[in-house]
Amino acid sequence: MGFYEKLMTMDRRVVYLAMALAVAVPLFIPFQVPIHTTPEVKSVYNFIENLKEGDRLLIAIDYDPNAMAELHPMALTICRQCFAKGIKLFFVTLSQNAPGMAEQLVSRLSKEFNKKNGVDYVYLGYKPYPGLVILSMGQNFRISFPMDYYGTPVDSMPIMQGIRNYDDMKAVIAFEAGWVADAWIQDANGRYKLPVALGLTGVMTADYYPYIQSKQIFGLMGGLKGAAEYETLAKAKDRIASRGMKVQTITHIVVILFIIVGNIGFFMSKRKQP
Amino acid sequence: MRWQIPLLIVFIGGVFMAVQYFVPLEFSERIYEYCVDWIIIVGVFAMGLGLWSLFRVSVSKIQTKAPAWKYNFLTLAGLFSMILLGLFSGIEEGKAFMKLFWYIYTPIQASMFALLAFYVASAAYRAFRARTLVATILLLTAVVIMLRLIPLGSVSGLNQNVASWILTVPNMAAKRAIAMGIGLGGIATALKVVLGIERSYMGKD
Repeated sequence: MGFYEKLMTMDRRVVYLAMALAVAVPLFIPFQVPIHTTPEVKSVYNFIENLKEGDRLLIAIDYDPNAMAELHPMALTICRQCFAKGIKLFFVTLSQNAPGMAEQLVSRLSKEFNKKNGVDYVYLGYKPYPGLVILSMGQNFRISFPMDYYGTPVDSMPIMQGIRNYDDMKAVIAFEAGWVADAWIQDANGRYKLPVALGLTGVMTADYYPYIQSKQIFGLMGGLKGAAEYETLAKAKDRIASRGMKVQTITHIVVILFIIVGNIGFFMSKRKQP
Repeated sequence: MRWQIPLLIVFIGGVFMAVQYFVPLEFSERIYEYCVDWIIIVGVFAMGLGLWSLFRVSVSKIQTKAPAWKYNFLTLAGLFSMILLGLFSGIEEGKAFMKLFWYIYTPIQASMFALLAFYVASAAYRAFRARTLVATILLLTAVVIMLRLIPLGSVSGLNQNVASWILTVPNMAAKRAIAMGIGLGGIATALKVVLGIERSYMGKD
Protein backbone atom coordinates (compact mmCIF):
# COMPACT_ATOMS: atom_id res chain seq x y z
CA MET A 1 0.00 0.00 0.00
CA GLY A 2 1.47 3.37 -1.03
CA PHE A 3 1.98 6.32 1.28
CA TYR A 4 -1.08 8.18 0.02
CA GLU A 5 -3.28 5.08 0.35
CA LYS A 6 -2.11 4.80 3.95
CA LEU A 7 -3.03 8.46 4.52
CA MET A 8 -6.53 7.69 3.29
CA THR A 9 -7.01 4.55 5.38
CA MET A 10 -5.32 5.46 8.67
CA ASP A 11 -6.11 3.15 11.59
CA ARG A 12 -8.94 4.73 13.56
CA ARG A 13 -6.95 4.21 16.75
CA VAL A 14 -4.56 6.89 15.51
CA VAL A 15 -7.54 9.24 15.20
CA TYR A 16 -8.77 8.30 18.68
CA LEU A 17 -5.30 8.87 20.18
CA ALA A 18 -4.99 12.26 18.50
CA MET A 19 -8.45 13.23 19.80
CA ALA A 20 -7.58 12.06 23.31
CA LEU A 21 -4.46 14.23 23.30
CA ALA A 22 -6.41 17.15 21.78
CA VAL A 23 -8.91 16.90 24.65
CA ALA A 24 -6.46 16.37 27.51
CA VAL A 25 -3.48 18.60 26.70
CA PRO A 26 -5.29 21.99 26.38
CA LEU A 27 -6.66 21.57 29.89
CA PHE A 28 -3.13 21.98 31.24
CA ILE A 29 -2.02 24.84 29.00
CA PRO A 30 -3.25 28.29 30.00
CA PHE A 31 -4.43 30.22 26.95
CA GLN A 32 -7.50 32.22 26.04
CA VAL A 33 -9.78 31.71 23.06
CA PRO A 34 -11.43 34.95 21.86
CA ILE A 35 -15.22 34.58 22.03
CA HIS A 36 -17.27 36.39 19.37
CA THR A 37 -20.80 37.04 20.57
CA THR A 38 -23.69 36.49 18.18
CA PRO A 39 -26.98 38.45 17.95
CA GLU A 40 -29.10 35.46 19.00
CA VAL A 41 -27.23 35.11 22.31
CA LYS A 42 -27.09 38.89 22.87
CA SER A 43 -30.88 39.09 22.57
CA VAL A 44 -31.30 36.67 25.51
CA TYR A 45 -28.79 38.64 27.57
CA ASN A 46 -30.42 41.98 26.74
CA PHE A 47 -33.88 40.61 27.53
CA ILE A 48 -32.82 39.57 31.02
CA GLU A 49 -30.84 42.78 31.57
CA ASN A 50 -33.99 44.80 30.80
CA LEU A 51 -36.08 42.93 33.39
CA LYS A 52 -36.74 44.64 36.71
CA GLU A 53 -36.49 43.37 40.27
CA GLY A 54 -39.55 41.25 41.07
CA ASP A 55 -40.23 40.24 37.46
CA ARG A 56 -40.97 36.56 36.98
CA LEU A 57 -39.18 34.15 34.68
CA LEU A 58 -39.89 30.49 33.98
CA ILE A 59 -36.76 28.34 33.73
CA ALA A 60 -37.12 24.89 32.14
CA ILE A 61 -34.27 22.50 32.91
CA ASP A 62 -34.89 19.70 30.39
CA TYR A 63 -31.50 18.10 29.86
CA ASP A 64 -29.89 14.86 30.98
CA PRO A 65 -26.36 14.40 32.37
CA ASN A 66 -25.12 13.70 28.83
CA ALA A 67 -25.86 17.32 27.82
CA MET A 68 -24.68 18.76 31.11
CA ALA A 69 -21.29 19.91 29.80
CA GLU A 70 -22.96 22.24 27.28
CA LEU A 71 -26.14 23.32 29.04
CA HIS A 72 -25.29 23.46 32.74
CA PRO A 73 -22.82 26.39 32.35
CA MET A 74 -25.39 28.52 30.49
CA ALA A 75 -28.13 27.62 32.99
CA LEU A 76 -25.85 28.58 35.89
CA THR A 77 -24.83 31.90 34.30
CA ILE A 78 -28.38 32.91 33.42
CA CYS A 79 -29.77 31.97 36.84
CA ARG A 80 -26.93 33.86 38.55
CA GLN A 81 -27.72 36.92 36.45
CA CYS A 82 -31.42 36.63 37.37
CA PHE A 83 -30.81 36.15 41.10
CA ALA A 84 -28.37 39.08 41.13
CA LYS A 85 -31.10 41.28 39.60
CA GLY A 86 -33.75 40.06 42.06
CA ILE A 87 -35.80 38.32 39.39
CA LYS A 88 -38.12 35.62 40.73
CA LEU A 89 -37.45 32.24 39.14
CA PHE A 90 -39.91 29.40 38.59
CA PHE A 91 -38.07 26.16 37.82
CA VAL A 92 -39.69 23.24 36.06
CA THR A 93 -38.27 20.03 34.58
CA LEU A 94 -39.91 18.00 31.83
CA SER A 95 -37.20 15.40 31.18
CA GLN A 96 -36.97 12.35 33.44
CA ASN A 97 -33.28 12.72 34.26
CA ALA A 98 -33.41 16.49 34.64
CA PRO A 99 -34.69 16.74 38.25
CA GLY A 100 -31.21 15.89 39.53
CA MET A 101 -29.70 18.64 37.36
CA ALA A 102 -32.28 21.17 38.51
CA GLU A 103 -32.02 20.20 42.18
CA GLN A 104 -28.25 20.70 42.12
CA LEU A 105 -28.58 24.03 40.31
CA VAL A 106 -31.28 25.31 42.65
CA SER A 107 -29.52 24.20 45.86
CA ARG A 108 -26.19 25.63 44.79
CA LEU A 109 -27.52 29.02 43.65
CA SER A 110 -29.94 29.49 46.55
CA LYS A 111 -27.03 29.10 48.99
CA GLU A 112 -24.78 31.34 46.87
CA PHE A 113 -27.32 34.20 46.70
CA ASN A 114 -29.06 33.50 50.00
CA LYS A 115 -32.41 33.01 48.25
CA LYS A 116 -35.37 31.44 50.01
CA ASN A 117 -37.46 28.64 48.49
CA GLY A 118 -41.07 29.70 48.13
CA VAL A 119 -40.19 33.40 48.37
CA ASP A 120 -37.47 34.15 45.81
CA TYR A 121 -37.82 31.01 43.70
CA VAL A 122 -39.86 27.84 43.45
CA TYR A 123 -38.82 24.48 42.07
CA LEU A 124 -42.01 22.89 40.79
CA GLY A 125 -40.43 19.54 39.93
CA TYR A 126 -40.99 17.01 37.17
CA LYS A 127 -44.10 15.63 35.47
CA PRO A 128 -44.24 13.24 32.48
CA TYR A 129 -45.68 14.06 29.04
CA PRO A 130 -43.94 17.38 28.36
CA GLY A 131 -46.41 18.52 25.69
CA LEU A 132 -49.37 18.15 28.04
CA VAL A 133 -47.59 19.77 30.96
CA ILE A 134 -46.63 22.78 28.80
CA LEU A 135 -50.24 23.11 27.63
CA SER A 136 -51.63 22.71 31.14
CA MET A 137 -49.27 25.36 32.58
CA GLY A 138 -50.82 27.75 30.07
CA GLN A 139 -54.11 27.23 31.89
CA ASN A 140 -52.85 27.01 35.45
CA PHE A 141 -49.58 25.85 36.95
CA ARG A 142 -51.53 24.00 39.62
CA ILE A 143 -53.03 21.50 37.14
CA SER A 144 -49.69 19.73 36.78
CA PHE A 145 -47.93 21.08 39.87
CA PRO A 146 -50.24 21.25 42.89
CA MET A 147 -47.11 20.70 44.99
CA ASP A 148 -43.50 21.60 44.43
CA TYR A 149 -40.60 19.16 44.09
CA TYR A 150 -40.27 18.89 47.88
CA GLY A 151 -43.96 18.15 48.46
CA THR A 152 -45.00 21.63 49.67
CA PRO A 153 -48.42 22.80 48.39
CA VAL A 154 -47.73 25.67 45.98
CA ASP A 155 -50.65 27.69 47.32
CA SER A 156 -48.86 27.95 50.66
CA MET A 157 -45.91 29.75 49.05
CA PRO A 158 -45.75 33.54 48.93
CA ILE A 159 -44.13 33.48 45.47
CA MET A 160 -47.14 31.65 44.01
CA GLN A 161 -49.73 34.11 45.35
CA GLY A 162 -51.54 35.65 42.40
CA ILE A 163 -49.63 33.45 39.93
CA ARG A 164 -51.87 31.46 37.68
CA ASN A 165 -50.32 30.72 34.28
CA TYR A 166 -48.00 32.02 31.54
CA ASP A 167 -49.70 35.42 31.58
CA ASP A 168 -47.88 36.05 34.85
CA MET A 169 -44.45 35.22 33.38
CA LYS A 170 -42.22 37.46 31.30
CA ALA A 171 -40.78 34.53 29.31
CA VAL A 172 -39.49 30.99 29.49
CA ILE A 173 -35.80 30.20 29.11
CA ALA A 174 -35.75 26.50 28.20
CA PHE A 175 -32.55 24.46 28.32
CA GLU A 176 -33.21 21.56 25.97
CA ALA A 177 -31.42 18.47 24.71
CA GLY A 178 -34.37 16.90 22.89
CA TRP A 179 -37.72 17.37 21.21
CA VAL A 180 -39.28 19.24 24.16
CA ALA A 181 -37.90 22.43 22.56
CA ASP A 182 -40.51 21.96 19.80
CA ALA A 183 -43.26 21.65 22.41
CA TRP A 184 -42.25 24.97 24.03
CA ILE A 185 -42.36 26.69 20.62
CA GLN A 186 -45.58 25.07 19.38
CA ASP A 187 -47.57 25.11 22.60
CA ALA A 188 -46.22 27.78 24.94
CA ASN A 189 -45.48 30.32 22.19
CA GLY A 190 -47.90 29.13 19.50
CA ARG A 191 -50.97 28.91 21.71
CA TYR A 192 -50.23 31.12 24.70
CA LYS A 193 -47.83 33.65 23.10
CA LEU A 194 -45.26 33.19 25.87
CA PRO A 195 -41.88 34.54 24.72
CA VAL A 196 -39.45 31.61 24.43
CA ALA A 197 -35.65 31.52 24.40
CA LEU A 198 -33.76 28.28 24.01
CA GLY A 199 -30.45 26.94 25.24
CA LEU A 200 -29.61 23.93 23.09
CA THR A 201 -26.88 21.40 22.52
CA GLY A 202 -24.52 22.19 19.62
CA VAL A 203 -25.91 19.51 17.31
CA MET A 204 -29.48 20.82 17.65
CA THR A 205 -28.75 24.51 17.16
CA ALA A 206 -28.84 24.57 13.35
CA ASP A 207 -32.39 23.13 13.40
CA TYR A 208 -33.82 26.09 15.32
CA TYR A 209 -32.60 29.07 13.28
CA PRO A 210 -35.90 29.21 11.33
CA TYR A 211 -37.70 29.99 14.58
CA ILE A 212 -35.54 33.06 15.20
CA GLN A 213 -36.40 34.55 11.84
CA SER A 214 -40.10 33.82 12.33
CA LYS A 215 -39.82 35.39 15.83
CA GLN A 216 -41.22 32.28 17.50
CA ILE A 217 -38.17 32.38 19.76
CA PHE A 218 -36.41 35.60 20.73
CA GLY A 219 -33.00 34.07 21.49
CA LEU A 220 -30.90 31.01 20.95
CA MET A 221 -27.79 29.83 22.79
CA GLY A 222 -26.13 26.93 20.97
CA GLY A 223 -23.82 24.48 22.69
CA LEU A 224 -20.65 25.26 24.54
CA LYS A 225 -19.97 28.26 22.30
CA GLY A 226 -23.34 29.76 23.20
CA ALA A 227 -22.62 29.21 26.87
CA ALA A 228 -19.17 30.82 26.50
CA GLU A 229 -20.72 33.79 24.66
CA TYR A 230 -23.21 34.28 27.48
CA GLU A 231 -20.48 34.07 30.12
CA THR A 232 -18.56 36.76 28.20
CA LEU A 233 -21.62 39.03 27.96
CA ALA A 234 -22.53 38.53 31.62
CA LYS A 235 -18.88 38.96 32.71
CA ALA A 236 -19.30 35.77 34.74
CA LYS A 237 -16.76 35.05 37.46
CA ASP A 238 -16.85 31.28 36.98
CA ARG A 239 -16.28 30.74 33.23
CA ILE A 240 -16.67 26.99 32.87
CA ALA A 241 -17.77 27.11 29.22
CA SER A 242 -15.01 29.54 28.24
CA ARG A 243 -12.43 27.12 29.65
CA GLY A 244 -14.10 24.31 27.69
CA MET A 245 -13.78 26.35 24.49
CA LYS A 246 -10.00 25.81 24.61
CA VAL A 247 -10.57 22.07 24.27
CA GLN A 248 -13.25 22.48 21.61
CA THR A 249 -11.02 24.77 19.53
CA ILE A 250 -8.08 22.35 19.57
CA THR A 251 -10.26 19.30 18.82
CA HIS A 252 -11.86 21.11 15.88
CA ILE A 253 -8.39 21.93 14.52
CA VAL A 254 -7.44 18.25 14.85
CA VAL A 255 -10.61 17.12 13.03
CA ILE A 256 -10.00 19.63 10.21
CA LEU A 257 -6.39 18.44 9.90
CA PHE A 258 -7.53 14.83 9.62
CA ILE A 259 -10.07 15.83 6.94
CA ILE A 260 -7.31 17.63 5.00
CA VAL A 261 -4.94 14.64 5.36
CA GLY A 262 -7.64 12.24 4.19
CA ASN A 263 -8.39 14.38 1.13
CA ILE A 264 -4.70 14.75 0.26
CA GLY A 265 -4.41 10.96 0.35
CA PHE A 266 -7.58 10.65 -1.76
CA PHE A 267 -6.50 13.08 -4.50
CA MET A 268 -2.89 11.94 -4.69
CA SER A 269 -3.82 8.26 -4.89
CA LYS A 270 -6.42 9.08 -7.58
CA ARG A 271 -3.77 10.93 -9.59
CA LYS A 272 -1.47 7.93 -9.39
CA GLN A 273 -4.09 5.55 -10.79
CA PRO A 274 -3.75 4.92 -14.54
CA MET B 1 -66.78 -4.79 20.19
CA ARG B 2 -63.13 -5.48 21.05
CA TRP B 3 -62.14 -3.40 18.05
CA GLN B 4 -64.97 -0.89 17.99
CA ILE B 5 -64.68 0.44 21.55
CA PRO B 6 -61.00 1.49 21.33
CA LEU B 7 -61.60 3.00 17.87
CA LEU B 8 -64.57 4.95 19.23
CA ILE B 9 -62.54 6.23 22.21
CA VAL B 10 -59.71 7.33 19.91
CA PHE B 11 -62.15 9.01 17.51
CA ILE B 12 -64.05 10.93 20.20
CA GLY B 13 -60.88 11.87 22.09
CA GLY B 14 -59.00 12.93 18.95
CA VAL B 15 -61.87 15.02 17.55
CA PHE B 16 -62.54 16.64 20.94
CA MET B 17 -58.90 17.59 21.50
CA ALA B 18 -58.66 19.02 17.97
CA VAL B 19 -61.88 21.06 18.30
CA GLN B 20 -61.14 22.12 21.89
CA TYR B 21 -57.90 23.84 20.76
CA PHE B 22 -59.98 26.42 18.87
CA VAL B 23 -62.91 26.82 21.32
CA PRO B 24 -62.21 29.42 24.04
CA LEU B 25 -65.15 28.45 26.29
CA GLU B 26 -64.74 27.70 29.98
CA PHE B 27 -66.69 24.46 29.53
CA SER B 28 -64.23 23.07 26.99
CA GLU B 29 -61.26 24.25 29.10
CA ARG B 30 -62.65 22.32 32.11
CA ILE B 31 -63.05 19.10 30.12
CA TYR B 32 -59.58 19.64 28.65
CA GLU B 33 -58.05 19.94 32.14
CA TYR B 34 -59.90 16.76 33.15
CA CYS B 35 -58.49 14.96 30.08
CA VAL B 36 -54.96 16.15 30.87
CA ASP B 37 -55.24 14.75 34.41
CA TRP B 38 -56.40 11.40 33.03
CA ILE B 39 -53.63 11.27 30.42
CA ILE B 40 -51.03 11.79 33.14
CA ILE B 41 -52.66 9.04 35.25
CA VAL B 42 -52.68 6.64 32.28
CA GLY B 43 -49.05 7.57 31.60
CA VAL B 44 -48.05 6.73 35.15
CA PHE B 45 -49.76 3.33 34.84
CA ALA B 46 -47.92 2.81 31.54
CA MET B 47 -44.69 3.51 33.41
CA GLY B 48 -45.65 0.87 35.95
CA LEU B 49 -46.35 -1.56 33.13
CA GLY B 50 -42.93 -0.82 31.66
CA LEU B 51 -41.24 -1.44 35.01
CA TRP B 52 -43.06 -4.78 35.41
CA SER B 53 -42.06 -5.79 31.88
CA LEU B 54 -38.40 -4.91 32.56
CA PHE B 55 -38.51 -6.89 35.83
CA ARG B 56 -40.11 -9.94 34.18
CA VAL B 57 -37.66 -10.02 31.26
CA SER B 58 -34.62 -9.54 33.51
CA VAL B 59 -35.71 -12.25 35.99
CA SER B 60 -36.39 -14.66 33.13
CA LYS B 61 -32.90 -14.09 31.69
CA ILE B 62 -31.30 -14.55 35.11
CA GLN B 63 -33.22 -17.78 35.76
CA THR B 64 -32.33 -19.29 32.38
CA LYS B 65 -28.73 -17.97 32.53
CA ALA B 66 -29.17 -16.36 29.12
CA PRO B 67 -26.04 -14.78 27.51
CA ALA B 68 -24.89 -11.73 29.50
CA TRP B 69 -27.42 -12.53 32.26
CA LYS B 70 -25.19 -10.84 34.87
CA TYR B 71 -26.00 -7.46 33.29
CA ASN B 72 -29.68 -8.13 33.94
CA PHE B 73 -28.83 -8.67 37.59
CA LEU B 74 -27.07 -5.28 37.63
CA THR B 75 -30.10 -3.74 35.93
CA LEU B 76 -32.42 -4.98 38.67
CA ALA B 77 -29.98 -3.96 41.40
CA GLY B 78 -29.79 -0.43 40.00
CA LEU B 79 -33.56 -0.24 39.53
CA PHE B 80 -34.49 -1.34 43.04
CA SER B 81 -31.76 0.57 44.82
CA MET B 82 -32.83 3.88 43.21
CA ILE B 83 -36.53 3.21 43.87
CA LEU B 84 -36.02 2.24 47.52
CA LEU B 85 -33.54 5.01 48.26
CA GLY B 86 -35.77 7.59 46.59
CA LEU B 87 -38.82 6.42 48.53
CA PHE B 88 -37.27 5.99 51.96
CA SER B 89 -34.29 8.32 52.17
CA GLY B 90 -35.58 11.28 50.16
CA ILE B 91 -34.53 12.96 46.92
CA GLU B 92 -33.00 16.21 48.19
CA GLU B 93 -29.39 17.25 47.63
CA GLY B 94 -27.06 15.29 49.93
CA LYS B 95 -29.25 12.20 50.24
CA ALA B 96 -28.07 8.73 49.11
CA PHE B 97 -30.38 8.87 46.06
CA MET B 98 -28.76 12.05 44.77
CA LYS B 99 -25.28 10.74 45.58
CA LEU B 100 -25.94 7.65 43.39
CA PHE B 101 -27.32 9.95 40.68
CA TRP B 102 -24.31 12.30 40.74
CA TYR B 103 -21.47 9.84 41.35
CA ILE B 104 -22.62 6.82 39.31
CA TYR B 105 -25.36 7.72 36.82
CA THR B 106 -24.08 11.16 35.72
CA PRO B 107 -20.48 10.07 34.97
CA ILE B 108 -21.78 7.04 33.03
CA GLN B 109 -24.14 9.13 30.88
CA ALA B 110 -21.61 11.92 30.38
CA SER B 111 -18.93 9.38 29.37
CA MET B 112 -21.24 7.69 26.84
CA PHE B 113 -21.92 11.06 25.23
CA ALA B 114 -18.24 12.03 25.34
CA LEU B 115 -17.34 8.92 23.33
CA LEU B 116 -19.25 10.47 20.43
CA ALA B 117 -16.43 13.00 19.96
CA PHE B 118 -14.08 10.19 18.98
CA TYR B 119 -16.59 8.52 16.66
CA VAL B 120 -17.39 11.87 15.01
CA ALA B 121 -13.71 12.57 14.41
CA SER B 122 -13.19 9.13 12.87
CA ALA B 123 -16.37 9.42 10.78
CA ALA B 124 -15.42 12.93 9.58
CA TYR B 125 -11.97 11.71 8.54
CA ARG B 126 -13.47 8.87 6.51
CA ALA B 127 -16.64 10.50 5.13
CA PHE B 128 -15.55 14.04 4.22
CA ARG B 129 -13.86 13.27 0.92
CA ALA B 130 -14.28 15.56 -2.10
CA ARG B 131 -15.39 12.74 -4.44
CA THR B 132 -18.14 14.70 -6.18
CA LEU B 133 -19.27 18.34 -6.42
CA VAL B 134 -21.99 17.80 -3.76
CA ALA B 135 -19.53 16.05 -1.43
CA THR B 136 -17.09 18.96 -1.89
CA ILE B 137 -19.79 21.50 -0.99
CA LEU B 138 -20.64 19.45 2.12
CA LEU B 139 -16.97 19.25 3.06
CA LEU B 140 -16.33 22.99 2.62
CA THR B 141 -19.50 23.90 4.54
CA ALA B 142 -18.52 21.64 7.45
CA VAL B 143 -15.04 23.14 7.54
CA VAL B 144 -16.36 26.74 7.50
CA ILE B 145 -18.78 25.98 10.35
CA MET B 146 -16.04 24.30 12.41
CA LEU B 147 -13.63 27.17 11.70
CA ARG B 148 -15.93 29.70 13.39
CA LEU B 149 -14.75 28.32 16.72
CA ILE B 150 -11.06 28.76 15.85
CA PRO B 151 -9.37 32.18 16.17
CA LEU B 152 -8.06 33.00 12.68
CA GLY B 153 -6.87 36.55 13.27
CA SER B 154 -8.06 39.00 10.62
CA VAL B 155 -9.93 36.25 8.71
CA SER B 156 -12.13 35.41 11.73
CA GLY B 157 -14.60 38.18 10.95
CA LEU B 158 -15.08 37.03 7.34
CA ASN B 159 -15.43 33.40 8.44
CA GLN B 160 -18.00 34.34 11.11
CA ASN B 161 -20.04 36.21 8.48
CA VAL B 162 -19.92 33.30 6.03
CA ALA B 163 -20.85 30.80 8.77
CA SER B 164 -23.68 33.04 9.88
CA TRP B 165 -24.97 33.29 6.28
CA ILE B 166 -24.83 29.49 5.90
CA LEU B 167 -26.82 29.01 9.13
CA THR B 168 -29.40 31.73 8.49
CA VAL B 169 -30.04 31.32 4.74
CA PRO B 170 -29.52 27.89 3.10
CA ASN B 171 -29.69 25.96 6.39
CA MET B 172 -32.86 27.79 7.42
CA ALA B 173 -34.47 27.19 4.02
CA ALA B 174 -33.75 23.47 4.18
CA LYS B 175 -34.84 23.11 7.82
CA ARG B 176 -38.03 25.02 7.11
CA ALA B 177 -38.88 22.68 4.23
CA ILE B 178 -38.14 19.62 6.39
CA ALA B 179 -40.24 21.01 9.26
CA MET B 180 -43.18 21.62 6.89
CA GLY B 181 -42.87 18.08 5.58
CA ILE B 182 -42.77 16.68 9.12
CA GLY B 183 -45.76 18.81 10.08
CA LEU B 184 -47.83 17.66 7.11
CA GLY B 185 -46.79 14.06 7.74
CA GLY B 186 -47.77 14.42 11.39
CA ILE B 187 -51.21 15.77 10.46
CA ALA B 188 -51.76 12.91 8.00
CA THR B 189 -50.71 10.29 10.57
CA ALA B 190 -52.84 11.85 13.30
CA LEU B 191 -55.87 11.90 10.97
CA LYS B 192 -55.27 8.25 10.10
CA VAL B 193 -55.15 7.32 13.80
CA VAL B 194 -58.23 9.37 14.73
CA LEU B 195 -60.26 8.01 11.81
CA GLY B 196 -59.28 4.43 12.62
CA ILE B 197 -57.29 3.84 9.41
CA GLU B 198 -54.05 3.38 11.33
CA ARG B 199 -54.51 0.72 14.04
CA SER B 200 -51.00 -0.44 14.86
CA TYR B 201 -51.36 0.87 18.44
CA MET B 202 -53.92 -1.88 19.11
CA GLY B 203 -51.41 -4.68 18.60
CA LYS B 204 -51.52 -7.75 16.38
CA ASP B 205 -54.59 -9.55 17.86
